[in-house]
Amino acid sequence: MGGIDVTAVLYAFLFYIATFLLVFGTGMKIRRYAKAPAPLKIPTMPAPRTLKGVYFRMFREVVLFESLFKSNKWIWLFGYLFHLGMLVVLLRHIRYFTFNIWWWVELVQPFGIYASYLMIIGLIGLLVRRFTVERVRYITSPSDYLMLLLLIGIAGSGMLMKFVLPTDIIMVKGFFLGLMRFQINDLPSSPILLVHLGSVAFLMIIFPISKLLHGPGIFFSPTRYQIDNSREKRHIVPWAKKLEE
Amino acid sequence: MAKLDMDAEGGPKFMADPFEIPDIKCGAMEDLESYMAHPKHNTDLGFPGELIDNWQEVAIAKIGELAEKNRAFQVYLDSCVKCGACTDKCHYFLGTGDPKNMPVARQDLLRSVYRRYYTFAGKNFPWLVGARDLTREVLDEWYNYYHQCSQCRRCSVFCPYGIDTAEISMAAREIMNTVGLGQKYCNEIIAKAKDVGNNLGMNPKALRATLEDLEEDLEEETGLSIRIPLDEKGADILLITPSADFFAEPHIDGLLGYAKVFHEAGVTWTVSSYASEAANFGMFIGSYENMRTLSLRIRQAAEDLGVKRIVFGECGHAWRVAYSFLNTLAGPFDFLDQNYPIPQHIMEFTHDMILKGELNFDKSRNDHIRLTYHDSCNVARGAGMGGYEGGQFDLPREVLKACCNYYFDMDRDTTHESTFCCGGGGGLLTDDLMDLRVKGASPRMTAFNEVAEEHGVTHLAAICAICKTQFSKVMPKYGYEMDSILSVHQLVASALIMTGQVIEEDTAPEGDGVATEVIS
Repeated sequence: MGGIDVTAVLYAFLFYIATFLLVFGTGMKIRRYAKAPAPLKIPTMPAPRTLKGVYFRMFREVVLFESLFKSNKWIWLFGYLFHLGMLVVLLRHIRYFTFNIWWWVELVQPFGIYASYLMIIGLIGLLVRRFTVERVRYITSPSDYLMLLLLIGIAGSGMLMKFVLPTDIIMVKGFFLGLMRFQINDLPSSPILLVHLGSVAFLMIIFPISKLLHGPGIFFSPTRYQIDNSREKRHIVPWAKKLEE
Repeated sequence: MAKLDMDAEGGPKFMADPFEIPDIKCGAMEDLESYMAHPKHNTDLGFPGELIDNWQEVAIAKIGELAEKNRAFQVYLDSCVKCGACTDKCHYFLGTGDPKNMPVARQDLLRSVYRRYYTFAGKNFPWLVGARDLTREVLDEWYNYYHQCSQCRRCSVFCPYGIDTAEISMAAREIMNTVGLGQKYCNEIIAKAKDVGNNLGMNPKALRATLEDLEEDLEEETGLSIRIPLDEKGADILLITPSADFFAEPHIDGLLGYAKVFHEAGVTWTVSSYASEAANFGMFIGSYENMRTLSLRIRQAAEDLGVKRIVFGECGHAWRVAYSFLNTLAGPFDFLDQNYPIPQHIMEFTHDMILKGELNFDKSRNDHIRLTYHDSCNVARGAGMGGYEGGQFDLPREVLKACCNYYFDMDRDTTHESTFCCGGGGGLLTDDLMDLRVKGASPRMTAFNEVAEEHGVTHLAAICAICKTQFSKVMPKYGYEMDSILSVHQLVASALIMTGQVIEEDTAPEGDGVATEVIS
């Protein structure tokens, strides 16, 4: 090839910055959540009476979206399709970051293709709901639409490369393996790929400053993680303890 | 069944079903402003008497302080994705159609300000994320709509992240109080409870006279000397009950029920004039300090009277504070008998007695009543009972079924953890909010009407002083008698045959559900 691939250099820095902001920003937020004390026991009752029970409740919330299912079957369906689809698609993408593809990532590959359909169906469902249901439209800000459009853009551009306009994925893999070893390898000059990667980097950057914080947030939600044992075990936080002195 | 003789326009009405979603009516409730507190009551609670000059600055700083002091507040402000799951879950939205009564929209009143001053996106791109400056209009909007939330937590059941609007609403009231904007109903009551020991401002002398009258009533009814002791040192049990139990109907009949059960159990017990209030309105205004001060009175009374146990009477939010917070606020209670739950609910006490077979019921005495039970929100979603998950749903029903032959549950999606608020909780049980209270009761009233039509249900039982008062005011507006609402221990009392009580044969029970047997 010869010469410097300016696009590759730009994208390399973009991904370094995005990764840093994602990890550092989200880390700071998690630290903030972890440091803030929960002064009172406020689990939404009935709540588990053991730690094991809380793990089970949290598992059901995170893996099955239990409360959402109880609440609204349509939101649950679209939300679940999207998140499940995205999970499998992400797992499929692990192959870009390991030199030898792990066996289970190999196993996921064909499912990842179908998962992209689920993901996009879920996203479109959520978007349609957002402007057709009066109540949901009322509570929607521009950023809520844009977030869905961004995710649709990421999923759509990815599917476009898979099904319509394939790009040189070996080269893409070389680029990311290089980044992980602090060297900048060339990137295919495919506009769709650049849109795909650029959108992903943008999503990573805004993660810690947007509603995407619901991901870590759920684990710090006192109504969900607290144990119902207030009569048996005294719960007191440092600032409240000071009032007793 | 019920005859709706109310004005067609804007009056209370049954819904097609308890979950019927209304069309959005923007601004429908924006003019409903609860009376503001007298400056003295604000200062009694440790807040500025009137709106301070630099309120904006102080309120913004308070948001930051609360975010650091209260994890729930911080996490809930950040985590909402506006999915819409909660939008049809609030009884006030269902009853009024005002979109700002949708839980997420109610949260957003504060979240929008938090974003403006505390988030990158809100500071730099307010239009993008719906962030806005804290203006006087916004503050007034907070005041009106955060006093249209009964903090019932129904939304928190259905939120995928467990976001609890009650937490936001309590924080908002705390912020408003901090800048001198208090609500009359809550603050006046807290001031009285801090000063006199109960929400009514009833002094010990008046309380003693009331209890003596009630003892006479009991003796007249049963021929037995059933006591309602006050300030008796060395009693086993300190009863902490809502002061409504001393004067309001049907609350009093519940108190008489506790007295009968205690008498039958052969325990010694007492009411305290120093802590003659179970209700703790400190919770409604989100004030840890005020809630703690009121809770410490209970501890003090228990220590002074040298009791071994604390039992709470029928009161919803009081039970939440007692069950979930009391150990935190006023514990540890090392000086009490550790063999019993601290504190214990009267329902747990009575349920135990029934299990042990120590209460003798004649269920037929309640045969003129076809009953259903209203799960009060703070008991259902804010507390537990019986020492196991979900005991708060089973115990009252088991007690009711032990003393009534005809019991029917309402639609499952309006009971247990999904119960609809009565419409009067969270510091809204005041006449200036009557319009909201009547409309907010419509999902519950609709569910009640369904069992009334289907099973001929005539009465509704509850274990919350606020629910009881609210229903006795609101049920007539939906075409039911005001005494269709009963205390659970009222039903216990009317079916309970006291040991040594002589009962005259052929006494026909009266139609109003109050025990009226003549004793020879």
